[in-house]
Amino acid sequence: MSTENRKLINIATAGSVDDGKSTLIGRLLYDTKSLTTDKLEAIERNSKQKGFDYLDFSLATDGLVAEREQGITIDVAHIYFNTEKTNYIIADTPGHVEYTRNMVTGASTSAAAIILIDARKGVIEQTYRHFFINDLLRVGHVIVAVNKMDLVDYDQQVYEDIKKDFEGLIEKSNYSEDQVRFIPVSALHGDNIAGGSENMDWYQGPSLLDYLEGLEIDESEDNSAARFPVQYVVRPKTDAHHDFRGFAGKLYGGKLAVGDEVTVLPSFTSSKVESINFFDQEFDEAIPGSSVTITLEDEVNVSRGDMLVKSNELPKSEKQLSATICQVNSKPLRTGAKYILQHGVNQVLAKVDSIEGLVHTDFSGTEGTDQLKLNDIGKVNFRLSKPIHFDPYQESKSNGSFILIDEGSFDTTSVGFIQ
Amino acid sequence: MKNTFVPNPKEAESIHIIREVAAQFEKPVLMFSGGKDSITLVRLAQKAFYPAKIPFPLLHVDTGHNFPETIEFRDKLVEELGLELIVANVQDSIDQGKVQEERGRYSSRNSLQTTTLLDAIEEHKFDACIGGARRDEEKARAKERVFSVRDDFGQWDEKNQRPELFDMLNGKIHHGQNVRAFPISNWTELDVWEYIKTENIKIPSIYFAHKRETFVRDGMIWTASEHVYREEHEQVEERMVRFRTVGDMTCTAAVLSEAETLEEVVDEIRASTISERGARIDDKRSEAAMENRKKVGYF
Repeated sequence: MSTENRKLINIATAGSVDDGKSTLIGRLLYDTKSLTTDKLEAIERNSKQKGFDYLDFSLATDGLVAEREQGITIDVAHIYFNTEKTNYIIADTPGHVEYTRNMVTGASTSAAAIILIDARKGVIEQTYRHFFINDLLRVGHVIVAVNKMDLVDYDQQVYEDIKKDFEGLIEKSNYSEDQVRFIPVSALHGDNIAGGSENMDWYQGPSLLDYLEGLEIDESEDNSAARFPVQYVVRPKTDAHHDFRGFAGKLYGGKLAVGDEVTVLPSFTSSKVESINFFDQEFDEAIPGSSVTITLEDEVNVSRGDMLVKSNELPKSEKQLSATICQVNSKPLRTGAKYILQHGVNQVLAKVDSIEGLVHTDFSGTEGTDQLKLNDIGKVNFRLSKPIHFDPYQESKSNGSFILIDEGSFDTTSVGFIQ
Repeated sequence: MKNTFVPNPKEAESIHIIREVAAQFEKPVLMFSGGKDSITLVRLAQKAFYPAKIPFPLLHVDTGHNFPETIEFRDKLVEELGLELIVANVQDSIDQGKVQEERGRYSSRNSLQTTTLLDAIEEHKFDACIGGARRDEEKARAKERVFSVRDDFGQWDEKNQRPELFDMLNGKIHHGQNVRAFPISNWTELDVWEYIKTENIKIPSIYFAHKRETFVRDGMIWTASEHVYREEHEQVEERMVRFRTVGDMTCTAAVLSEAETLEEVVDEIRASTISERGARIDDKRSEAAMENRKKVGYF
C-alpha cells in the first residue's frame, strides 16, 4: 500500500431551493469539526451582517461573488471533510434553473446521493427529477433526508407519509429497497445528522453520518469486466530502461494479473501481461481504480486511445450506437449534427442519426422531438467514423459513457449513457 | 501470496489527470513554487511516467522575495531528478515597466506574478499549465474545474466553465488559449501532508519549526526581511515558528510551532482549528481577493 488508504466516498446532494442543502452540509462540517475557526468566524460575521439570527452555512459553500450577491448557488462546489475512517467529497449542486445538467455532473462521480425533502412540502416534482437522474446514472446508494422535521413538530406520521410516497417512486425505478435509506433530520438543529435525536426517539435507525460511515462502496462496478484504456505510452529510452515500452492507464472493472491473456483493441491482436508496474515497484495484479503501467510479452502495436481487455471478456465493437443523452450545453443537439465523441480517453467523430424521443424525468415515458435543448434528456442514435469498444452503461459506468464535444467551440455539450 | 497493488484513490485520480495533460497538449508545463503542493505534484508526475522522466519542464514565477531555503530546495530537486527548470522573474517585468512595485505597509509582489506568468506562457507557447491548487483552499478555488480553459489574456470565465463528467477530460482548445490543469483539486491539506509523510517526500526546511526573526502585525507573524515593509514600532523578535503555506515573504505569515518532524507536522495540522489560507496575507485583502486574481490570470 502506497499511503494511508482511507475509504473515499463521493456524494452528490440534490434538493430544491431553500430545502436546506447548504445548512445540511454546513451542519455535517460543523459536527465533524471540519469547519476551521477562521471559516466559522467568517460565517458568524457575515450571518450577523445580513441580519440573520442563525448561522448561514451557505456562505461557506457559495464561493463566487455573484453567488453571494444573489444568495444562490450557481455552480457545483466541492466540499471535503475527513473522519478517522473516510475521506468525503460532497458535490453540492445548485437547486436552481440549470438543475439537470449540474445534477448529472455531480452525480457522475458519486457513489451515493443525498436527496433532501422539505418535511412540510413532501415529495414534489423536483424530487422525481432528482431520483430519476440518480436512477439513470446508477448511483449506488440514495439517502432520502426528510429535512426540517423541527417545523412539523418532529411528527412521525409526516415522515412515514413521505416515506410511503417515495416508495412509490422506487417501484418505478431500477433501485431495490435496500439501496434507498430514509432518515428524518433537522439540519438546522442537528437532529440525526452526526448524532441521534432526542426529539425523534421513534426513529431507531442510524444518523446520516453513521450511515455514510458504514456504506460499502463497491469500486468493482458489480463484477464488470477488466477495461484498461491506454492513456500514454511510456518509452524511457534510457540506458537503464532501453527496451521498456509500457502502457500507462487506469484500470476499470475487474482485476488484471501478470500472465493474463489480453486483446488489444482496435487491432484485436493478442498478448499476455508481462508486468504490472507502479512507480519503482512491480506487482502481480492490480484492482480497479489503479493508475498503473503495463508491459506486454509481445511487441504489439499499442497507442493512446487503444484498450487492453482480457481475451475472454471482449466488449462490443461497433460503429452505431444508441444512448441516453443529457444535454449540458445551451446549443441544442439536432439530427444530422456532427460531434467529437470522447469515450474514456479515445476520440472519434460522431453524427446524430436520429433522435428517438425526449425522456420525461417523472418516470412517465417519452415523447417525440427533433432536438434536445439544455437540460433535456433524450434517446439518440449515432453513427461513428470508427468503431468504439464499449459496454452498456448498466454494466460499466466508465466504458458505457461518453461526452460530446462541439467541433467549433470545443465545449462539452452532452453526456451519453450507452444502452 | 499475491502481491496486489491497492491504489490510493486520490493519487490514482491525480496521475490519471497528469497523463491526460501530457497526452492532450503540445507544450505543458508544471508550475513550481517550491511549496508542498507543487512538490507533491512533482512526485505524482514522476509516478505517472516512471521509468521515463517527467515529459515537461517546471516553471517557477520568482518574485525575487522568496525564502532562500525554498530556492535552495528548488535547485537541488531539479538537479536530483534531472528536470528542466524555467525561471520567470517578476523583477524583469518591473524593469521592463510592465508592472509597478507596490508601496507601503502591505506592499507585495504577489499580484505582480500574474503578468510575469502570462508573459512566460506566451513566450514559451505553453498550452497547459499544471498547478497545485486545491479546491479546499479557498471558496473561489472550490468552483474551479480540473481542466480550466483560459483565453489568450489568461482570463477565467467562472460562469462559463465546461462541465466535467466522470473522469473524461476535454482538453480541446483554440490556438492562443491555454488550460490550467489541477491534478490535486480533490485533495485536502491533510491529504497532502499525509501523502508527504507516507511517501517520505523531502520538503524545504521552513515547513519545520525553527527560530526566525519576526514581527507581529494584524495578529499575524511576519518575517523580518529587507523585502517586507515594517514600521519602526513593529518590534522584531526571535520566535519559534514554521510555515504552513509558502508563497513569498511578503504574503505568507508564519505560525508558532514546535513541530520538528513530519509526524509532528501532520498531528499539528490534524488538530488545527485554523485553515491553511488563514495565514495568507494576500487572501485577507477582500472577501473576493482570490476570485478577482483568478479572473485576470492568476492560477
